[in-house]
Amino acid sequence: MTAALSLHEATVRRGDVEVLRGASLTVQAREVVGVVGPNGAGKTTLLRAALGLARLSAGRADLAGRDVASLDDARRADLAGYLPQERRVGWNLPAWRIASLGAARKPPALAQAAALKALDRVGLSGLAGRGVLDLSGGERARVLLARLLVTGAPLLVADEPAAGLDPDAQLLSLELFREEAARGAAVVLTLHDLGLAARTCDRLVVVSAGAIVADGAPRDALTSAVLREVFGLEGALEETAAGLTLAARRARS
Amino acid sequence: MKLNLLLVAALLVLLALGLLLGETALSAAQYAQAFGDPASGPGEILWAIRAPRVVAAAVVGAALGLAGAVMQGLLRNPLADPGVLGVSAGAGLGASLAIALGLAAIPGGTEAAALAAALATGLLLTALAARFREPETLILFGVALSAFAGALTSLIFNLSPSPVTTAEILSWLMGSVANRSWSDIGWELAPMTLGAVLCVYAARGLVMLTLGEETAAMSGLPMGRLRAAAVAGASLLTGAAVAMAGIIGFVGLAAPHLVRAGAGADPAKALAPSALAGALLLTAADIAARMIPTDQELKLGVVTALFGAPLFALIAWRAARSWRV
Repeated sequence: MTAALSLHEATVRRGDVEVLRGASLTVQAREVVGVVGPNGAGKTTLLRAALGLARLSAGRADLAGRDVASLDDARRADLAGYLPQERRVGWNLPAWRIASLGAARKPPALAQAAALKALDRVGLSGLAGRGVLDLSGGERARVLLARLLVTGAPLLVADEPAAGLDPDAQLLSLELFREEAARGAAVVLTLHDLGLAARTCDRLVVVSAGAIVADGAPRDALTSAVLREVFGLEGALEETAAGLTLAARRARS
Repeated sequence: MKLNLLLVAALLVLLALGLLLGETALSAAQYAQAFGDPASGPGEILWAIRAPRVVAAAVVGAALGLAGAVMQGLLRNPLADPGVLGVSAGAGLGASLAIALGLAAIPGGTEAAALAAALATGLLLTALAARFREPETLILFGVALSAFAGALTSLIFNLSPSPVTTAEILSWLMGSVANRSWSDIGWELAPMTLGAVLCVYAARGLVMLTLGEETAAMSGLPMGRLRAAAVAGASLLTGAAVAMAGIIGFVGLAAPHLVRAGAGADPAKALAPSALAGALLLTAADIAARMIPTDQELKLGVVTALFGAPLFALIAWRAARSWRV
């Protein structure tokens, strides 16, 4: 089966610095892959490289088996939807209108119907008519998540979708990504909460200093050694009633 | 839609007022004569002097209002106006150069030079916009272009051998629609129409830019083309407006804000009402310029700035909520 996303030895330079070094990664449909790593490790660059938003200085990025650099705007949008970390919204449009922008190329009535449905899924159906700048930061983040859901793309890529959300909304948003995977989508997320990542993702990709240092099932990827060397944490993933959680403290250096 | 109809109605009233009011007071009989016989004396005043002037004010105002709305949408910045990227300053430089070189003696010479300079600036901006996508970067380039064109215009003043030329340039730059003929309007309508078409084409891109460059880039819309259309369209509108009437401030800045309360925050839905509001504002300002009794008629650019600046402060006060970032 053709991978929804694949990076092969991808390198991205910013000035003289290689912010992504020879990264290789494959993501299949129905898979939820978490990208974790400390601040500045290159997680966002990895996502942007895979989507063709960051230019590769070496290597290759494919979406559904086709070189992303060769795809036109419309074809790329058919293959992948993206939720950037940046949540600034320029104008105070109603929440439903923002969500409907996920289907910018569909007839307005269809886009609106899809938007209302997605707002319902993120638990904001009561706020559909509200100006997005009149919402709280967490509510706005959920409107933007709704916009991503509206794309209905076979690959959903989200940068820090759980940041700034209350615990319930964090779990809800990850549940939604699991639902998307169940309908057949490939999902790639960056997450800072390692416990949450381990609990909800099928696979974790650990990025450190621009390189992928581990890739596998959560327990295989987040070993005690990786926790110590990459995150500076002393501890381990533990199985609890709620699923995997991280029990760790800062390593003394 | 209701807002547009309201604006159209108000504009029609103002156009009629602009036709009826003027420096020369006409009697009822003279008005009757003017409507009955356009070739008569009063007919000349109405149809050859006042009518083109009123229409020029409305057309220039509409172009500035539309260009302002597009710039604010493109740059996601409520402080953007048609001149923010340097097109007005470029057109002003072209006109100043033409006047200094004596090209003003050729009919349409100054206007053609202004439009050509605006188009050159617009082309440069379109190229820059394709390469640099962040609005902040574009605004910085605009500031640099404006400053450079302004410096060159000052240089013309500085080197100009005759105070008459200086006065002529200054008078042109202050902006006016007095003594415009139907053919002046005709010449500028072509670039304005093309500019308006490009802006309407770019509208769906402006909406998408609300969510930032990266989301827009992944939206499937041809953002490169839409962005280029927005920059080129606004440049054409602004350049043609400056060519027809000199540099007129505040209309392009205030018109979009004036309608935003009624049209909503959607940058695409603000386009038509902004154009209408711009026409309304400038027609009113031109009537004021004619009616305010001064020894020398007030220049349109002076009137819009005098009334526009405080009005804009008031709008900004009330609208602050809707464009909080």
